[in-house]
Amino acid sequence: MDNTLFGFLDYAVYGTAVLVMLIGLYGAMVKKSLLKIVIGLSIIDSGLNLLIVAIGYYKGGTAPIFSQGFLENFKSVSKMVDPVPQALVLTAIVIGFGVTAVALALVIRLYRHHGTLNIDEIKNLKW
Amino acid sequence: MKKFLVILLLAVLGYYIADTYFDIGFGQPHFVKSAAPVKDIYLAKTQNPLKVSNAVTSIVVNFRGFDTLGEVTVLFLAVTVLGSVLYKKRHQVGERSVLFNSSSIVTSGSKLLFPAIILLGAYVFIHGHLSPGGGFQGGVIIATGFLLMLLAYENYSVSHTALSIVESLAGITFAGVGLLGFMHGGTFLQNFLPSGVMNNLFSGGVIPIIYIAVGFKVGAELTGVIYTVLHEKGENNG
Repeated sequence: MDNTLFGFLDYAVYGTAVLVMLIGLYGAMVKKSLLKIVIGLSIIDSGLNLLIVAIGYYKGGTAPIFSQGFLENFKSVSKMVDPVPQALVLTAIVIGFGVTAVALALVIRLYRHHGTLNIDEIKNLKW
Repeated sequence: MKKFLVILLLAVLGYYIADTYFDIGFGQPHFVKSAAPVKDIYLAKTQNPLKVSNAVTSIVVNFRGFDTLGEVTVLFLAVTVLGSVLYKKRHQVGERSVLFNSSSIVTSGSKLLFPAIILLGAYVFIHGHLSPGGGFQGGVIIATGFLLMLLAYENYSVSHTALSIVESLAGITFAGVGLLGFMHGGTFLQNFLPSGVMNNLFSGGVIPIIYIAVGFKVGAELTGVIYTVLHEKGENNG
């Protein structure tokens, strides 16, 4: 039972993360509105963060916090999941916020200049 | 036609990314195969010389503290770019772009909730080395409190001078603590205060000080971002 559950999770977690990334890429490539493109970029960010956190997990591991309960019940630190990807994702979230904020500011500026958000109507913005 | 091409491209891309990660396998201890995995070294040092409970905090603030200083700088740069891209002449500032008035339920409810949100944010960043959370998370919670007030009250204003003073002081605290470590231990951001007892509030040396500074800085910067974007008026083109 436990084995089959993990067999399913094995594909589900990575599959979900990759799927979220692909949905974001699709939105960034196909949509016409600049706001939707920025939303697509931030969806890629979310998928990537999920992927990085999922790599650090391993079966039966606990959260990397030396709480009172951990110190009483578990003896060795090897029962903890990897804290390094979590710290990296904390950095990545902040950088993602900065990128989204600057992109939205540029979108506001383009809207002020052109009066539209459709990239077909703005010259030199079509691929 | 373009959509079909994009879907085909994404399918190929997704197949190869997913295949790579399925080969690694979910939940396998694949970083633990070597004799001394980096994870165990980090965790052992977190437990013994540093005496910090939350291992993620000890990595972010201590082992990778210089990286965090750069990260805070990137956040500061984003706020600066936002302010310079959305620049306004002084007499045009003050109009809000939200078109509706909030009801009295929203205004009195947000007045009730605002202190609790600020308190929660302060709790999260003061206890960053003991429980899940930290400076970035607490700062974001504080900024959501200000967002609530800015949405509920039409003429609620945040002083830009106060925000920049708080932000600069927090940044100076971070860099100053790093320089003090330079003087005491020989390296930048060296932990020079006593570590204390594990799971106490006063433990971990300089880590709580740095995380409190980060909390203030992130809170002030995000409030500035929200205020700048919310007071963006669409009608005057150019």
